[in-house]
Amino acid sequence: MNYKILGAAVLALAALLVTPVWAQETPTVDRTSTGGAQTLEDILRRQKQLEVNDSFRSENTGNPEEAPPIAAPLGTRGGVSDSESWRAIRYNKIDPSTQVRGPAADVLIQDGGMPWYKLREGPILTYGGLALLGFIALLAVFYFVRGRIRIEGGPAGTTIERFKAVERFGHWLLAGSFIALALTGLITLMGRSFLIPVLGPEAFATLAAGSKWLHNNVAWAFMLGLIMTFVMWVAHNIPDKLDWQWLKAGGGIFTKSHPSAKKFNAGQKIVFWTVMILGVSVSLSGLSLLFPFQMPMFADTFGVINGVLGTSLPTDLAPHEEMQYANIWHSIVAFAMMVAIIAHIYIGTVGMEGAFDAMGNGKVDVEWARQHHDLWVAEVEAKQGKGESS
Amino acid sequence: MRVMISAFVAALVIAALAPVVLNQFGWSAAEQTSAESVRLD
Repeated sequence: MNYKILGAAVLALAALLVTPVWAQETPTVDRTSTGGAQTLEDILRRQKQLEVNDSFRSENTGNPEEAPPIAAPLGTRGGVSDSESWRAIRYNKIDPSTQVRGPAADVLIQDGGMPWYKLREGPILTYGGLALLGFIALLAVFYFVRGRIRIEGGPAGTTIERFKAVERFGHWLLAGSFIALALTGLITLMGRSFLIPVLGPEAFATLAAGSKWLHNNVAWAFMLGLIMTFVMWVAHNIPDKLDWQWLKAGGGIFTKSHPSAKKFNAGQKIVFWTVMILGVSVSLSGLSLLFPFQMPMFADTFGVINGVLGTSLPTDLAPHEEMQYANIWHSIVAFAMMVAIIAHIYIGTVGMEGAFDAMGNGKVDVEWARQHHDLWVAEVEAKQGKGESS
Repeated sequence: MRVMISAFVAALVIAALAPVVLNQFGWSAAEQTSAESVRLD
């Protein structure tokens, strides 16, 4: 018997020596310190996506045959402990029933948490943050190279009404809520990495809770603003041939010319449709997150994409996977919107003389209007000539 | 500028009223959280 054990030990050692790579990939872990449960080394290997031989868990799901008597300590559940039951669920060894009722109650374990967390804390945070900072730096360079776009010949001194009060209200409802959503969203996404080291965990907890409340609730103002601006401006934002001429001239930004435009030029139309399309998308994914498990959208969306493009995106998603996809998509679309809106804010404030007045008090200088929206001015003047308002 | 300020105030009023209205329609965030413990049968 001893020879057999000795022989097995020699064989095992020889195998380790002959196959050092194998030995490196799945090392023998001493689990006596945890009573046979997983160790910190197991957890770290799994987080690094290295192979983990977890037979010590998958094979350890309880044996009712070895159960202590029902009256003995630990014998009340037939000898199967909670941890053994959960391992059995984890490895699909049993088909359990549960008393839990409510949304997604039939999912007890879902594996997507770590990949979602790593995607959120890694590429989303890094590339999203770099996109924002990079675009701001690009605009700063552009400002110093091109300078502020001035009204050629100076302002006329007389004004023309560009936006009515209700239009400005809708714009600022959308803009104000978007800025609040962007800031609170960034705090939620990046606070753990950047604010906790500065503020400390207690102060950040208060800030994060306030951010979450504001983000969840001011979203309704954003959606209302989105609907208002769409209804008021969609008719003026239908693309036409004139937009192509405007785009070919680069909007006159580099040539210092003034291509013709109606109420909205092609650049503004691009911003309008960007905000509308991304705004609807970020709202839908946001609603899906606001009402957990109530509005799954990605399985159906992936099904449509597969049908059109012939891809093989997953269409059988657990409720929690739906939430993970919604969260990641929400972040990506939000970053794209932030980049677009930073450009919009730039051109509407420091980038162009006289532009802010359009949304500030609703009246713009006539010379500014003639240079940037000549056809709209002609239209308004023609209407005024007939006794109609603008 | 008054329109801008009033729109910002309106956004905050909507944010404050949103949870109240949702509650009136029978939805509350507290109901969506899972139980603290899960008992397996």
